[in-house]
Amino acid sequence: MTDVNVKLDALAGVDPNALPLQVKNLHVEFRTRNGIAHAVNGVSFDLRAGETRAILGESGCGKSVTAQAIMGILDSPPGFVTGGEILYRGVDLLKLPESERRKVRANRIAMIFQDALSALNPVFTVGFQLAELFRMHRGMSRQDAKARAVELLDLVKIPAARQRVNDYPHQFSGGMRQRVMIAMALALDPEVLIADEPTTALDVTVQAQIMALLAELQRERNMGLVLITHDMGVVADVADRISVMYAGRVIEEASVDDIYASPAHPYTKGLLESIPRLDLKGQELSAIKGLPPALTNIPQGCAFNPRCRYAQEVCREEPAPPLYQVSPSRTAACHFWKEVKGDE
Amino acid sequence: MSDLVLETRNLVKHFPLTRGVVFKKQYGAVRAVDGINLELRRGETLGIVGESGCGKSTLARMLVGLETPTSGDLFVQGKNMSRVGAEERRRGRRNIQLVMQDPYTSLNPRMTVGDIIGEPFEVHPDVVPKAKRRAKVQELLELVGLNPDHINRYPHQFSGGQRQRIGIARALALNPEIILCDEPVSALDVSIQAQVINLLEKLQDELGLSYIFIAHDLSVVRHIADRVAVMYLGKIVEIGTEDEIYETPTHPYTQALLSAVPVPDPKLRGQRDQIVLTGDVPSPADPPSGCRFRTRCWKAQDICAEQEPLLQIREKSGHPSACHFAEVRDVVHATE
Repeated sequence: MTDVNVKLDALAGVDPNALPLQVKNLHVEFRTRNGIAHAVNGVSFDLRAGETRAILGESGCGKSVTAQAIMGILDSPPGFVTGGEILYRGVDLLKLPESERRKVRANRIAMIFQDALSALNPVFTVGFQLAELFRMHRGMSRQDAKARAVELLDLVKIPAARQRVNDYPHQFSGGMRQRVMIAMALALDPEVLIADEPTTALDVTVQAQIMALLAELQRERNMGLVLITHDMGVVADVADRISVMYAGRVIEEASVDDIYASPAHPYTKGLLESIPRLDLKGQELSAIKGLPPALTNIPQGCAFNPRCRYAQEVCREEPAPPLYQVSPSRTAACHFWKEVKGDE
Repeated sequence: MSDLVLETRNLVKHFPLTRGVVFKKQYGAVRAVDGINLELRRGETLGIVGESGCGKSTLARMLVGLETPTSGDLFVQGKNMSRVGAEERRRGRRNIQLVMQDPYTSLNPRMTVGDIIGEPFEVHPDVVPKAKRRAKVQELLELVGLNPDHINRYPHQFSGGQRQRIGIARALALNPEIILCDEPVSALDVSIQAQVINLLEKLQDELGLSYIFIAHDLSVVRHIADRVAVMYLGKIVEIGTEDEIYETPTHPYTQALLSAVPVPDPKLRGQRDQIVLTGDVPSPADPPSGCRFRTRCWKAQDICAEQEPLLQIREKSGHPSACHFAEVRDVVHATE
């Protein structure tokens, strides 16, 4: 892979010692006919090289929008980034012109999507689509690029890569298609990989294959991984740090062990308790009551307060709680984090 | 035997593969379901697990009468549904109702909730007299935890979890004995999933229902099921009580499936003896000879290709397992 590692003309201001990805106070809104949907309201997180950061949340919590904003692939309009910074090694991507951003996309920060069938172009062979990356970003000839495509398919353990490179996406099974996506994301050797629900559409045995492959490739390349998911099993298996999102905010941030051992936000706690567990067989599951709010109409105060069993006056009247420092290495956005964490 | 509410004997569904437009010639068949024997008792929950393409949904469609079996018998409360006349078959269907996976596409967007839940009464008018239908629908709404005043609303005015409740109310309309749930919670968020599972369990207690619960989420099935059948490529490979399947699985496929499920506890990371299967599920149009799992199995030997292992109790397996080398293997150290 050595000749691909020739980096493109350097981005101005890149500090090799800065973190590969830092998101600071990101705000994204969608201006729709039914009003403004506040999809992301001040999300911050850091990602170190080689680290896996899980962003955990249910549908509509803004986790995918955060990923799209980082990649710069937000549908705009209606989506607009209205505030915050996205720093790649100290460079604020939001301030770069589109031509500069293209150099970051896929080269330094790459993404894989949930539904590989709709993310791949159905009218080109996977080999062509993979080779395109090398031709566009590395200026390789068609022939060389095709050879690289075969190498990549081999890397993601697609059997008979030399033949399959000429197949179309629909000729691959779900798991194989996801491997093609991973190959495409890793083609230009990015430092950060964002995986948006990479295994949600797959069966468990295939999910295990894909997660094992991702972990192996991440380790080899010391790549930072942002894993966006709602599956608490997958998170427990692979993540180092977790940001839990609710209604466009990070409501808890901690290491994976801390979160699972003693959640400090009632929502995190509710999520963990609603997973069926063996010792609760035959008993009622403790479900979180109610529904997540519409993003056009987020409740006053703490967005979770209508569903929360700890909620008091202060949760409704004060503005949304800040991220309190629960311990030196973790934060939670709940006025009553002590009680929540304490009664475990 | 009176508490046996549903039984299948060697149920088979093959979808023909044809060539040509005018003179259709059959050149093969997709063996979606290939000989299933099941029993369901009153008040029991039977879980069916398996990956996509294993035939679990085709099986469900046959059980509720949406698909005609290619061969085999289906008994609902002792009556052989493939032998009785059309009228009796129609009446029999009342007893077995379906809750579908996707609450967004399984409700007609142009009908009000009242019409959706009341539609079964149009087909089976003798269940509830016309004058009492509206009240009955409201009663059903209340039973599934929805506001009875919302009877005139349309599906789009409800969230995913609430829509699934509407689907459940519709299934309950004809007072069935058996409810067949085909992936009832897989389209829902985790926090909503738990609400729907709790509702299903509550209804079972109150109404004495029997459930066939089809899902690919093994932890959900474990929570709700009394007995579990594991399907692979149109066949049951292992069947037993929930404990037998999850604690002492003896079929390699069950073991691989269980070990692949991520456990929501970071302390167990790396301690699990994870079996990562290679390759994909073979095509059901051309299943492997002998044991259908042999192409992905680490135990496979010559006999597996020559002789199909029957689903039976074996030397090292206290419950039926379709593997020549069935043996207990401790795969999941999860959840103490």
